[in-house]
Amino acid sequence: MLILTCPNCGIAAEETELSPGGEAHLHRHGPGSSDGEFEEYLFLKENPRGVHFERWRHSHGCGKWFHAARDTATLQVFGTYSAQTTEPPQHIRDAITAARPGWRWRDFS
Amino acid sequence: MSTRLAQGGRLIDRSRQVSFTFDGKTFRGHPGDTLASALLAGGQVVMGRSFKYHRPRGAVAYGVEEPNALVNLGEEGRFEPDTRATTQEIFDGLVAESQNRWPSLDWDIGAVNSLFARFLPAGFYYKMFIHPRAAWKHLFEPFIRRSAGLGRAPRARDADRYEHFYAHVDVVIAGGGVAGLAAALAAGRSGKRVLLVEQSGHWGGRAVVDGARIDGKEAADWVADAVAALDAMPNVTLRTRAMAAGVYDHGYVLVHERLTDHLADKSGLRQRLWRVRAGRIINAAGALERPLSFAGNDVPGVMLASAMRDYLVNHAISPGDRTVIVTNNDDAYRTALALHEAGLIVPAVLDARPVADGELPERARAAGIRVETGRAVVRVKGRSHVTGVEVGLHVGEGSVLEEIACDAVAMSGGWSPVVHLWSHCGGKLNWDEAQAHFRPDPERPPLGADGTGFVRCVGASNGHLRTGDGIADAVAGAAWATGADAGKAPAGEDADEGALMPVWLMPQGAGVKLRAKMWLDYQNDVKVSDVQLAAREGYESVEHTKRYTTLGMATDQGKLSNINGLAVLSGALNAAIPQVGTTTFRPPYVPYTLGAIAGSAARETFMPLRKTQMDSWHVEQGAEFEPVGLWRRPYSYPRLGETVKDSVAREILNTRKNVGILDASTLGKIIVKGPDAGRFVDMMYTNMMSNLAVGRCRYGLMCNEQGFLVDDGVVARLSEDTWLCHTTSGGADNVHAQMEEWLQTEWWDWQVYTANVTEQWGQIGVVGPNARKVLEKLGGMDVSKETLPFMHWAEGELAGFPVRIFRISFSGELSYEIAVPAGQARGLWDAILAAGAEFGMQPYGTEALHVMRAEKGFIMIGDETDGTVIPQDLGLNWAISKKKDDFIGKRGQQREHMVDPLRWKLVGLETEDGSVLPEGAYAVAPGDNANGQRNVQGRVTSTYHSPTLGRGIAMGLVERGPDRMGEMLEFGAGADPVRAKIVDPVFYDKAGEKQDG
Amino acid sequence: MAEATTTVTVRDLGAQGMVTLRGDLADETLIKAVRKVTGLTVPGQRGFRRGKSGAVAWMSPDELLLLVPEDKAGSAVADLDRALDGQHHLAVDVSDARAMFAVEGPFAREVLAKCSPADLHPDSLPEGEIRRTRLGQVAAAFWCEGDGIWRVIVFRSVAGYAQALLERSARDGAVGAF
Repeated sequence: MLILTCPNCGIAAEETELSPGGEAHLHRHGPGSSDGEFEEYLFLKENPRGVHFERWRHSHGCGKWFHAARDTATLQVFGTYSAQTTEPPQHIRDAITAARPGWRWRDFS
Repeated sequence: MSTRLAQGGRLIDRSRQVSFTFDGKTFRGHPGDTLASALLAGGQVVMGRSFKYHRPRGAVAYGVEEPNALVNLGEEGRFEPDTRATTQEIFDGLVAESQNRWPSLDWDIGAVNSLFARFLPAGFYYKMFIHPRAAWKHLFEPFIRRSAGLGRAPRARDADRYEHFYAHVDVVIAGGGVAGLAAALAAGRSGKRVLLVEQSGHWGGRAVVDGARIDGKEAADWVADAVAALDAMPNVTLRTRAMAAGVYDHGYVLVHERLTDHLADKSGLRQRLWRVRAGRIINAAGALERPLSFAGNDVPGVMLASAMRDYLVNHAISPGDRTVIVTNNDDAYRTALALHEAGLIVPAVLDARPVADGELPERARAAGIRVETGRAVVRVKGRSHVTGVEVGLHVGEGSVLEEIACDAVAMSGGWSPVVHLWSHCGGKLNWDEAQAHFRPDPERPPLGADGTGFVRCVGASNGHLRTGDGIADAVAGAAWATGADAGKAPAGEDADEGALMPVWLMPQGAGVKLRAKMWLDYQNDVKVSDVQLAAREGYESVEHTKRYTTLGMATDQGKLSNINGLAVLSGALNAAIPQVGTTTFRPPYVPYTLGAIAGSAARETFMPLRKTQMDSWHVEQGAEFEPVGLWRRPYSYPRLGETVKDSVAREILNTRKNVGILDASTLGKIIVKGPDAGRFVDMMYTNMMSNLAVGRCRYGLMCNEQGFLVDDGVVARLSEDTWLCHTTSGGADNVHAQMEEWLQTEWWDWQVYTANVTEQWGQIGVVGPNARKVLEKLGGMDVSKETLPFMHWAEGELAGFPVRIFRISFSGELSYEIAVPAGQARGLWDAILAAGAEFGMQPYGTEALHVMRAEKGFIMIGDETDGTVIPQDLGLNWAISKKKDDFIGKRGQQREHMVDPLRWKLVGLETEDGSVLPEGAYAVAPGDNANGQRNVQGRVTSTYHSPTLGRGIAMGLVERGPDRMGEMLEFGAGADPVRAKIVDPVFYDKAGEKQDG
Repeated sequence: MAEATTTVTVRDLGAQGMVTLRGDLADETLIKAVRKVTGLTVPGQRGFRRGKSGAVAWMSPDELLLLVPEDKAGSAVADLDRALDGQHHLAVDVSDARAMFAVEGPFAREVLAKCSPADLHPDSLPEGEIRRTRLGQVAAAFWCEGDGIWRVIVFRSVAGYAQALLERSARDGAVGAF
């Protein structure tokens, strides 16, 4: 059972206080998008063994969403950060690089 | 026969007696006895029978690793099978019975299996019972089920209480031996929060039995001082009878604490499951002695050497007058010396090693004990009890050189560190050639959230079998765990030990006949010959061999057998032990109760039950309830002599004729407010909501991004920048969560705040032709058609209560939904009932609600929808805005399959004979599909008896349904398909005049 | 590790005025409005402040819970709306949506720690801090108002469950861990 620190309220919350929200930094494709774009948005998710970015909600807590960067294999947590961003902030990327040099995730590295 | 010696027994209180029964016979022991030690004291060596061959078995071990001595413990609500006699402490009135025997422990019919043992090898069941298939179901499986299994399953409801406790500590230390105590002292001095748990009822572990010395003191004295010092530290929590069961991700540790299992008084909390979050975990769980594999090593009276020493030193148990020791190491000589010092006879120590000249063997020789090196036990004589051993050369094939008469055999095959807690989260092991065991590889620990190791083994669990080494290791572990200087380690002293010689088969050239009597897994009756057979049959993976032979799959989870079995497998495969590897260590270390896992989630606190403010009134009326999400809602209010079916019909007819009252408080209510609120509700709903006028209501649909309908409800505009969104009863939390998700993660620059105010308001439906009269009688608000028309709302005071009244209808009748602050809801409810009496008001429940909405052709989320239905399927195109560029689900609904003209669409269904269609029935179509199943063209989504129409009505989704009005469909493919006509789904008041009333 | 022998009591505190206020918690107007209604300043992250006639709890970065006398919730909402007129905010009376319990006694912390995964060690959850978490299987918030004096808020519909859970946990006694 994971512990993730909610950046909104500062609590190191265990998993039973949290709800998972799947892959982070999705780009929403609405009306006007191609079938391919829409398929990618809805169905084609990253499923890496290693560095991954996820959305979580502190549902049994402050109720707020946040992002987490972690390793899906070792469960190392590189950091948690605001949900109000379209890409991982530099300090999170730096923390990942320190632990996993040369990492890549979608277009991020 | 075993017996109690007149002297000694450090744990027992001879001044007091404890009386208990085993298989109906009364035994007596002392406080401090376990069930096993007390039975041994009473001469009861046979305590159970094995699983497959029903061989008589006695306790082979002293603790949780015991595979044989399992009993059914207790009675009725406190009955528990598979309880280890070795860890169950006795109390007055304890009732135990042996397991896996019929009709009695001494004479067991299943033991006939033993005669056919050579026909029941590894994989026997797989090979034998696979054909014919029918025989498996009707013959073999029932037979196996009857003969298999250990204890009985309890029948009565658990009479005890359990709880969880969440603890957050810096360091958990598992194991209260001298290593664990030393680690706790060092960690405690750092000021960190420390939790030290010991699975048994006593501190000190092996050192106090084996007579080590620490800092110049007797181990027992040092332990007492250490416990006292720890007790005085406010930052240290100590627990005995608390087993660290498992280590999970991110420092999560489960500790199972037994509070009353050892007491006669069972009134208190029985067990507590500690859910611990630990920064660092120190595993000081010690090591377990391994049996030796010689023929007859399972005969009652054969025991691990250390266990025999424990029974002797702790409980003054004599295993018999004459005990032969068989070993491959020096430690077992401690047992020889202890027995000798107790005045018992050790006819010989049979040491497989060519030379035994360590301190302990020399002390044994000096005591006059005969020590034979290079010797093996060829075979144990005796069936239900040891009568002697045949002795041969260890390097030989089993020729008998000599027979030694004895009552007991103490065996030692070396020690295996207890690495479970290290391994649960992926800590890796190295094979230690010198000590012939797996020990933790410090380079490959289980990794925590910070990417570093979070578990460390210390002491014997780290392969440090000597007291001094173990304590020093433990103190170093404390420094690691706390990040603080741990100071100087206490100095431990014990006898010097010579090298062990790995022995996996005794004698090493034993033939097949002997190998078929060498037990590896006692409980599951897996022998050396079975593992070798598996290897011959091609099982190379240890995980496969385990499942094929059932080695290590018993309730002891292979604590004694795994390493021996692995070594035999590696020998048969001609591979090195580390190449073959171990099976996976999985929690729990020792099985524990379902009650502890459930904790307080039992009886009245099993799960939350959401109740409205009118709940007690419903109960007083004798309502039948149904669950809606976590809510309970009245299904109907049957009167005396009425069936529920009757009462539902009455409620409907009365509501349609007079007036009904409905507790609608469970309806979800969400406030959406802000400068961008209109834009936001337009995204959340398929309809246009931003242009709703203040004071008006509009029915709205919510979809997910795939376009599927997920919720519906009436939206009211409260003010220029505020909307109130009603949701389904079960959907409020989800809808609110969804809204917040979009606002927080997609449109965070939009100025919108939401609040889930579902529970702030009670909501009361006043429904039926007389509804207005009731409200007028209550007074205070103008509820006329002109002032408050259909799909409008108004705020005011009704009979003195502050309310919002919504003119909305889910029944097709003239209907007012009245929202009132929940604390006043019951008061208003009572007032409405009183006012309504003269107008024929009766309450109605959810079933009447459902039938009435179906009569009107209104859809119900969860009936007409199932996560694959889009609003267009339900004829709800009128509620889907064509003006909006975007809303959640719009793009999804444009997908090819969603616009397919062949989609199943909503229609009404009328059976020819007026009967009620079966729920969920499919309309068949000609031909079969690719899987040979009958083709279908539709299904029933809602079906009821309509008392209003006096016939069955149904709604369903049918291929091109709306284009096929009047066609007949057949439902069900059996002998008697039900025929039904496709009709308009609105069965009642098609013009909608009543609700507009 | 002395086991406390006295008991922990669980009491439903009955009606309590409560207002949810969402807005920019750093905004001067909002801070002033909160002070006007409660006499208190806006607390920082997870803070809880109690005054003579009310209290303010930090619920999330854009949400406060104001505790006011039972009959003052409506006027508090009106006051807030007036003070914050023209400014993006949401003030809503939630008095009826919640139930509030007093959990009091020497091992009150342990009673809560039987039900919640929150770290209830005195060093981790001191007086003056509110913790939103789960209590058994329902959402809850609690805070300490002095030695062995705790307040617990849950949704009104699950008050029965919460009370039964707390009472059961209290009845089964101290753990002796804190």
